[in-house]
Amino acid sequence: MTKHRLLVLAPPLAALVLAFLVSLIVLAISGADPIEAFGNVAEYGSRLNTLVETINWATPLYLSGVAVAIGFRMNLFNIGVEGQYIIGAFFAAQVGSIIELPPVLHVVAILLTAMLGGAVWAGLAGLMKVTRNVHEVISTIMLNGIAVGGVVSYLLGVWDVPDPGLDTALGAIPESGWFPSLSPLLGLDTRSELWGFVLVAVVVGFVYHYFVGRTRWGYDLRASGANATAAEASGVDPKRTIVMAMVLSGLVAGLVGLPELLGDSHFYSLRFTQGLGFAGIAVALLGRNHAGGIAIAALLFGWLSRASGILEVRGDAPREIVAIIQGVIILSVVVAYSIAERYRRVEAARAAAAVVGEER
Amino acid sequence: MSELAVKLEGITKRFPGVIANQDVNLEVEAGEIHALCGENGAGKSTLMKILYGMQPADEGRMFVEGEEVRFHSPTDAIHRGIGMVHQHFMLADNLTVLENVILGAEPTMTGGRIDFEDARKRIVEIGEDYGLEVHPDELVETLEVGERQRVEIIKVLFRGAKILILDEPTAVLVPQEVEELFRNMRGLKEEGHTIIFIDHKLDEVLDIADTITVLRRGKTVATVKPADVTAHDLAELMVGEELPTPETREKTVTDVEVLRVSALEVEGSETEVALTDVDLTVHEGEIVGIAGVEGNGQLELVETILGMRVVSGGSITLKGQDITEWSVRRIREAGVGYIPEDRHRRGLLLDAPLWENDMLGRQTREPFVKMGFWIDPKAARAHAAEMVERFDVRTPGVDVPAHALSGGNQQKLIVGRELSFPISLLIASHPTRGIDVGAQAAVWEELRRARADGLAIILISADLDELIGLSDALYVMLRGGLVAQLDPSTVTPRDLGAYMTGAKAAS
Repeated sequence: MTKHRLLVLAPPLAALVLAFLVSLIVLAISGADPIEAFGNVAEYGSRLNTLVETINWATPLYLSGVAVAIGFRMNLFNIGVEGQYIIGAFFAAQVGSIIELPPVLHVVAILLTAMLGGAVWAGLAGLMKVTRNVHEVISTIMLNGIAVGGVVSYLLGVWDVPDPGLDTALGAIPESGWFPSLSPLLGLDTRSELWGFVLVAVVVGFVYHYFVGRTRWGYDLRASGANATAAEASGVDPKRTIVMAMVLSGLVAGLVGLPELLGDSHFYSLRFTQGLGFAGIAVALLGRNHAGGIAIAALLFGWLSRASGILEVRGDAPREIVAIIQGVIILSVVVAYSIAERYRRVEAARAAAAVVGEER
Repeated sequence: MSELAVKLEGITKRFPGVIANQDVNLEVEAGEIHALCGENGAGKSTLMKILYGMQPADEGRMFVEGEEVRFHSPTDAIHRGIGMVHQHFMLADNLTVLENVILGAEPTMTGGRIDFEDARKRIVEIGEDYGLEVHPDELVETLEVGERQRVEIIKVLFRGAKILILDEPTAVLVPQEVEELFRNMRGLKEEGHTIIFIDHKLDEVLDIADTITVLRRGKTVATVKPADVTAHDLAELMVGEELPTPETREKTVTDVEVLRVSALEVEGSETEVALTDVDLTVHEGEIVGIAGVEGNGQLELVETILGMRVVSGGSITLKGQDITEWSVRRIREAGVGYIPEDRHRRGLLLDAPLWENDMLGRQTREPFVKMGFWIDPKAARAHAAEMVERFDVRTPGVDVPAHALSGGNQQKLIVGRELSFPISLLIASHPTRGIDVGAQAAVWEELRRARADGLAIILISADLDELIGLSDALYVMLRGGLVAQLDPSTVTPRDLGAYMTGAKAAS
């Protein structure tokens, strides 16, 4: 078992080391002193405030990663998390600013709206796949365009709807619909507050882990992903499973924009963070679709993007260098995993053959 | 005739955990038909792949026409006049015969244009010289299996091969096509070609071969002349013990009807055969065999009974209940087991551990899930461990991924999975395809035992001896319909072959 553990952990560690070396080189080429730059990042990155921001960043990345991973588990490539979370956040902000409810219920209503929005948007792609055989990559890319373009044109007043009052933003969500910060509870006195939404992400992680691993629906989903024809012969309805996977993925995707919406901005505007859906693909890939792995990947990416800010402040290098580091990590981890996988296959075959040999 | 076309000396090839070839010696005289016999896994194919340059040998030396050779790829082997026809044809369906033959060896004119006229001329010449009749402009997808094989042989000859390796050429053919192939092989021999062919059907080997080399567990056991041995001797050489037979013993058929298919109609498509007016009844304790050349609707029939296809007419009844419109899951839950024709495509989750594979098809049932949805890995592992023990699946444990097992053990896993759960109907589609004699005997034994316990079984197989030996009733399927019902106690494989190709029709 320890050997097994080693095989699981070695690839990402190797990838990190490689990424570290590549970024050293890139920093050196860009004219900065790599050692000093890393020293700055390490120092800034270990500050409490940076760590709080890391968690805040990791929360939507995690949700996005889980949403993508649900699709991956049955060989569906849901590129549409981007559009799904924008739709979810947009309608959640809209509904949240209009309805009046007591504190907890208000948040619940916003959560449900966001999940519903994401699920509908993803479900559309699922329906198109099973009824008209449209590949989900194509349909989700198109749906992304419609979601982003549609929301932007609404905000710009293209659709000639009454201006909600805040210029390019929708109305703000009243305080009863905010997700409380964890900072007071933990006695944190940092500049940035720790968004309470991280707890929702943790819950989603557990539900994902047990749903996929321990329920028969999760088994059907994994079986379809591993071998669709064998799954069908075993009684799995392929069409229903495709729609189910897309809807589940969309439910989680709908939540991606909420940490920011309910923890910080409280209204949806043109400045709302974009690109989290695409980042989720990388996070899911790095985390191997595993609940714990995705968490580590999300924290790593969150930390990289927060801690790297210092590079620009100190004039060491542009923060875009982080994108290079992330790219190198993903590429090398994919390669390292496939090497480890090949090794593991050979080992397993050897062990099985050894048993047969003994009994001959 | 005493010159050696091929000589292999001390060939050894190791794969992780297994020795495929151990110190193998082989001498093939020029201009002879040399048969290579042995069980599955005896190392025949590996040896031929080494000779054809597809895999390097770990040890040993190879000589072609007296010269020592060292092949790094099939291109080297082709260069030395060696060609191989693989068991699974490597043809592009959407190209013509001509295009397939010249693919990768195109005769060109100036400017790199393909000289089709020259190619056509040479193909026709080859066809006339060796009696290998084909139409160069026909699309390969319209050809029958025997014709495809001829195209493969022409392909090899087109590249100038003098030494031909045929890997189990008869496995995919019905008896009449086998005769045609043998005629072609004799024609090639007369023209001075050397043929090495792999086979494990002993009567065929004795019929065609000039010399026979038997391999067992990676070693050469004997090289004999067909005149000096009987099929029985060969079998003993191959297995090292007596061959098992697929015969069932006493009749266990009851008059309790389990499955009734009446006037079944299913629409076809470009790639799927339509089913027309299929009537079939299976009783408790009965094995109903379905013979037929592959692609005549057997797969479609299986899929329809399993609920994977839309029925356009007729009905299917399971134990008195009309299941025509039921979903796959409902049908499987009602007690239908399935041994798929292709274990990798239909039967296994190769990367998943054995215990999860043991659940496949039962994932809604106790003991694998509690409360109807919550997987109980402990109980599932225990069930898998018991099943593995009972059906002698050789594995280090139930957490091993399915891809680690050998083909025979994977098949035993599937058979065990289907039979370790109470079912009333088993659809066994090619249950012993591609597994060795030992595993084959084990599968036959399990089917017999299940039949004695009252299970109704539909058996589909390309192995005619298996069909005749195991079945209580035997149907022949041709172009989507059941065209004949035969008595397995009197029918011969030859007769059966005639019905399968449509040469003989039911009276």
